Amino acid sequence: MPPLAQRNLFHDKVRLAVTLTGIVFSVVLIVVQLGLFLGFTTATSNLIDHSGADLWITSKNVPYVEQGVAFSERKLNQVRAVPGIGDAQKLIARWTQWKRHDGGQDSVQIVGINVDSPMERPWNLVQGSVEDLKSPDAVILDELYKQKLGVTSVGEVFEIGGHRARVVGFTRGIRSFTTSPYVFTTFKNAQNYAGLREDQTMFILVKLAPGANLDQVRGDLLANVRDVEVFKTSEFSRMTTFYWMFTTGAGVAVLIAAVLGLVVGFVVVAQTIYATTVDHIREYGTLKAMGAPNGYVYKVIMKQAAIAAIIGYGLGMIVSVFVVHGSQKGGAAILMPPSMAVGMFFLTLLMCVGAALVSINKVTRIDPAMVFKG
Amino acid sequence: MPSAIAVRQLIKKYDEGASGTLALRGVDLDAHPGEMLLLMGPSGSGKTTLLSIMGCILTATSGSVRVAGREVVGLSEKQLPALRLEHIGFVFQGFNLFPTLTAGENVELMLDLKGVSAAKAKKRAHELLEQVGLSEKYGSFPSDLSGGQKQRVAIARALAGDPGIILADEPTAALDSHTGRNVMEMMTDLAHKRGRAVVIVTHDSRVVDFADRIVRIEDGAIAGNNEGELVPPGPLAQTLPQATMGLV
Repeated sequence: MPPLAQRNLFHDKVRLAVTLTGIVFSVVLIVVQLGLFLGFTTATSNLIDHSGADLWITSKNVPYVEQGVAFSERKLNQVRAVPGIGDAQKLIARWTQWKRHDGGQDSVQIVGINVDSPMERPWNLVQGSVEDLKSPDAVILDELYKQKLGVTSVGEVFEIGGHRARVVGFTRGIRSFTTSPYVFTTFKNAQNYAGLREDQTMFILVKLAPGANLDQVRGDLLANVRDVEVFKTSEFSRMTTFYWMFTTGAGVAVLIAAVLGLVVGFVVVAQTIYATTVDHIREYGTLKAMGAPNGYVYKVIMKQAAIAAIIGYGLGMIVSVFVVHGSQKGGAAILMPPSMAVGMFFLTLLMCVGAALVSINKVTRIDPAMVFKG
Repeated sequence: MPSAIAVRQLIKKYDEGASGTLALRGVDLDAHPGEMLLLMGPSGSGKTTLLSIMGCILTATSGSVRVAGREVVGLSEKQLPALRLEHIGFVFQGFNLFPTLTAGENVELMLDLKGVSAAKAKKRAHELLEQVGLSEKYGSFPSDLSGGQKQRVAIARALAGDPGIILADEPTAALDSHTGRNVMEMMTDLAHKRGRAVVIVTHDSRVVDFADRIVRIEDGAIAGNNEGELVPPGPLAQTLPQATMGLV
């Protein structure tokens, strides 16, 4: 077949630029909106998803991780006595106040961990090590929040909840969904920073012994440890995400924006492809008059749309990668996992081919006599 | 001689307005192989509608249309393109070349529709362009061709399908008199030397001398069916020689 589809697309450079701009705009818009949604969703449950625990034990009626309520750490022993427990560690996650050098204060979420446990350790460290937390008053925070908290380098000393805190390291990309950055420290320090008594914890993280049955252990914990809730990590993660994304309304706004991104993206692509097809409507009429079956004409149109989709997707992804990369240094992360990039390819193809189908409807209804009009 | 196209009691009604518009009112017409037939008449008389129905592009409201002996009325939307492809070549007033394809590719497109392989189509397109005197324009885009050259490419394209019938709508309207004459000579050769049935809708009185027969249509009906005497030859036709370009 003579390269009609390719030529229709590439012959008019201005039209090509308009077509590709429309598709690239749509790809970037959708990637940004979906990526923001994904970024927000991930941020809400970051702490839980990276805990490495199988089960989370909380006090009663805790709807999400930030709403933890302190309870007696003596329950830790009861937990450890349940069969199937490989490891159980106390955890504190609570909002408190960070005092900057200029006297101003910011809310932070203190995360108190057992440094010797593999559970809930800070990840993606770019400076310092988790072991450094063993030094007095040591804290690790994310480099994203340096400016917000007035931190310039390791070794600086601040106040958290009225107690001394010394920065010993930085992580990269550990975002909080709220405006309060996570600050990792030892469990003992966290008790002081969060104003808890020495015998209190807020969560107990459980790692099962090899071969233990998750549901069985969970049931045993509920039966043997009073006044607590026991959640699977994935379950607690979903609860927390659901709370932030839907109960607060914050996520609904992001979700609506993502859906609007999809709709606007599709409309832009549809309009662009439609206009590109209609530009050549007389030629398709001629093709039909010459005796081309509808399938032949559709093939040309679909091929044209598919080529536009592939090029538009490629260019759109280049722009998107820059946007996503740039967002990593900002407050709102735009995530684009490989699955999303692959999905975006098929979505772009679907949008272009779908739009072509709409324009095919127009081609189907070409007035045959149009070919006889000068 | 059997008709290439035979139209009987053809009626075409457009569903426009409260009562609709009757574009053709019981037309009977035959176009024969080797014949150059001109359809003439005022604007809105139904010439193009008749040509569209003869070309299986438009369906008749009632009546009979036989193309190459096959009844067309009642054929499905899928069957009609196949019939056009096999038997009919079109030449349009506006040339209707594909502007993004070269002259050669425009011809190859027709061959591709006929299922000819790419290599053979390329060779055949060269031959056809050579026959219309445009072999050197194989790689030129329509925008780089003159009106006459475009129409000759369109003729080459129409011939690519090797049809028995050539239907042309005002093929000289967009051309100057000299170029128009050349195009008409070519069309005449198609009829007389290659045995095609050539049907041309035209307003151009300069081309009447090329006709074997002129059919005048008025208000959707045939007002006259004669062999050249209805319309007097135009001054150009009287002074210019007959077909000079050979199409083999």
